Amino acid sequence: MTAILKSKQAAAATRLDAMSAPKSANWATPARAAALARVERMGLPSRRDEYWKFTRPDTLTQADAPHAAVFVHDEAPVFDSFDRLKIVFVDGVFDAAASDDLALESVEISRLADAADISWAGDIYGKLEERGQDPVERPLAALNTAFASDGVLIRVTKTPSKPVSLIYRHESDSSDATLHHVVKVEAGASLTLLENGPAAARFNKCLEARVADGAELHHVRAQGRDHERRAVTHMFVELGRESVFKSFTLTVNGRLTRNECIIEFTGDNATAHVAGAALGDGDFVHDDTVFITHDAVNCESRQVFKKVLRNGATGVFQGKILVKPDAQKTDGYQKSQSLLLDGDSQFLAKPELEIYADDVACSHGSTTGAIDEDALFYLRARGVPQDVATDLMTLAFLAEAVEEVEDAALADEITGRLEGWLVRHRD
Amino acid sequence: MLEIRDLRVKLEEEDKQILKGVNLTVEAGKVHAIMGPNGSGKSTLSYVLSGKEGYEVTGGSATLDGDDLLELEPEERAALGLFLAFQYPVEIPGVGNMTFLRTAVNAQRKARGEEEMSSTEFLKVIRAKAKELKIDAEMLKRPVNVGFSGGEKKRNEILQMAMLEPRMCVLDETDSGLDVDAMKLVADGVNALRNEGRGFLVITHYQRLLDHIKPDVVHIMADGRIVKSGGPELALEVENNGYADILAEVA
Ligand SMILES: Nc1ncnc2c1ncn2[C@@H]1O[C@H](COP(=O)(O)OP(=O)(O)OP(=O)(O)O)[C@@H](O)[C@H]1O
Ligand SMILES: [Mg+2]
Repeated sequence: MTAILKSKQAAAATRLDAMSAPKSANWATPARAAALARVERMGLPSRRDEYWKFTRPDTLTQADAPHAAVFVHDEAPVFDSFDRLKIVFVDGVFDAAASDDLALESVEISRLADAADISWAGDIYGKLEERGQDPVERPLAALNTAFASDGVLIRVTKTPSKPVSLIYRHESDSSDATLHHVVKVEAGASLTLLENGPAAARFNKCLEARVADGAELHHVRAQGRDHERRAVTHMFVELGRESVFKSFTLTVNGRLTRNECIIEFTGDNATAHVAGAALGDGDFVHDDTVFITHDAVNCESRQVFKKVLRNGATGVFQGKILVKPDAQKTDGYQKSQSLLLDGDSQFLAKPELEIYADDVACSHGSTTGAIDEDALFYLRARGVPQDVATDLMTLAFLAEAVEEVEDAALADEITGRLEGWLVRHRD
Repeated sequence: MLEIRDLRVKLEEEDKQILKGVNLTVEAGKVHAIMGPNGSGKSTLSYVLSGKEGYEVTGGSATLDGDDLLELEPEERAALGLFLAFQYPVEIPGVGNMTFLRTAVNAQRKARGEEEMSSTEFLKVIRAKAKELKIDAEMLKRPVNVGFSGGEKKRNEILQMAMLEPRMCVLDETDSGLDVDAMKLVADGVNALRNEGRGFLVITHYQRLLDHIKPDVVHIMADGRIVKSGGPELALEVENNGYADILAEVA
């Protein structure tokens, strides 16, 4: 055993000693025990791990959540004007009074904390996470499976009339929240899942989703504006035949955000698009880490990640497309770009393709650059003030990611938030 | 209207003097043309007037109706009524032509303390003007200049000029890359804007444009100076004999 692994395991042991296991429904107990064993074996992430070479994990792994002031502002929460089923967590604790009844036609909704003995989630909880540990370990996701205090279990049998919306409020400076959601979209059904809010001083969130044959899951997320919050999130998604998964994440502010997305195609002719727009000003680290495994024929995956960085902000992208030997006709596209608004900011990217099939079309491109000075002058020569011109070009840069949001009203909502941020952050 | 006095300009990054004392006055209601060999400083003059970075003014002045242009930001110069039709219009991926133009029109209006144009009114006006320039609605929806042909870009410059209604228009080789019909369209666009309150400075290499846009005065620029000025016949002389005779004469 290497010294590094030993120290990671020691760190895990110390951390686990200080944690108490949450109350668990019987059906989840074996999965939680197995996850705990995984954490003990893998240890906690260390900055010497290849997978964490760009982003320091220490504030995510240390025993206590670093203090994070609640950010008070007068902007309406994202998705406020949308008709949706609201499920509210405050610092990771379910808020029944603020939530709607967990009832929506064709959708079974229950909570991890009190689900007595539902059978369907037992097939997924901790299972997709466990699969996602290979070939790269993700100990913080296993830690989540073992210790999640709550979460939502959503099973969709037919397409409901409105989205399910998870709202994460942050009210305590020192909250440390761990939530784990399970989503199962049955054959032919479609669900739109919204998530928004800063959640907690430190947030560890895991989402496992199984999208059955011909089913669709549309996911739009806006991570809260609190400047000091930290978050590590994992999405494990398993896609059946002819299914569709589309996910978009807006991230503005936050000291540290690590969003991992692990997708596996298990049925033919399926589609997965993951996209993100991140805006950081100052002490900001935003990390998108994506791993897509093509293990079926004629599937399309598409990644579009855009980051706007200034005043020393850091953007990270690690994206991998793995095409297994039988995954012929794979169409894999990956694009990660950053716009650096000054010389202090940085973008660190590691795009990877690993292809074992011969009849595939895969491409990736990662770029980083500044505002185009000629275009800026052109706009100004027409009378557009410099700050407005810069914002126009910044929005144009981000538009390609926002376009991945299929629903026009949701896309407009996101664009509005981007505009708002840009206006607030003018010099 | 536009008064340029002994304007001297060098490159900021290099020790290279490009304009070596330019004197030029464009009166309201008049069309002045500038011709001159490649590299003589015509585009540099237009850029310095509109405020592009990278140039250092080492002497002289440029004013628009008494306002010192060289002190102002590019957007302030535009709001005062200065317009440059670029020799090489810039492509701006992701920014729609319509959004761009409406932002520009309203930013200028706002800067001048005028009421902004509503989107319905803007649409009505731009549709009419685009039609005159044979720019189809599809092109207006596309990102600024992206995928436009050379001639389409030039017509788009004239459309912008028509929408912004500047007082002083500087056109840098707006005729280059245009086919005969497009040149006629562009010239008609310019002529439609001619009135006693508006001045034009038309930079061109060819007499043909000046057949359509009749200039009042023609200047010859060489090596960073205006070396000769005269009537429209000067353009004919250049067309027939090139610059050699003129340059020899002033040397
Ligand atoms: N940014 C720059 N960097 C380097 N050289 C420059 C720059 N701008 C202008 N120059 C030089 O200054 C001189 C004048 O250029 P300018 O573009 O003004 O000429 P012009 O008269 O417009 O020529 P043309 O008829 O070819 O358009 C040229 O020698 C050109 O190479
Ligand atoms: Mg030129």
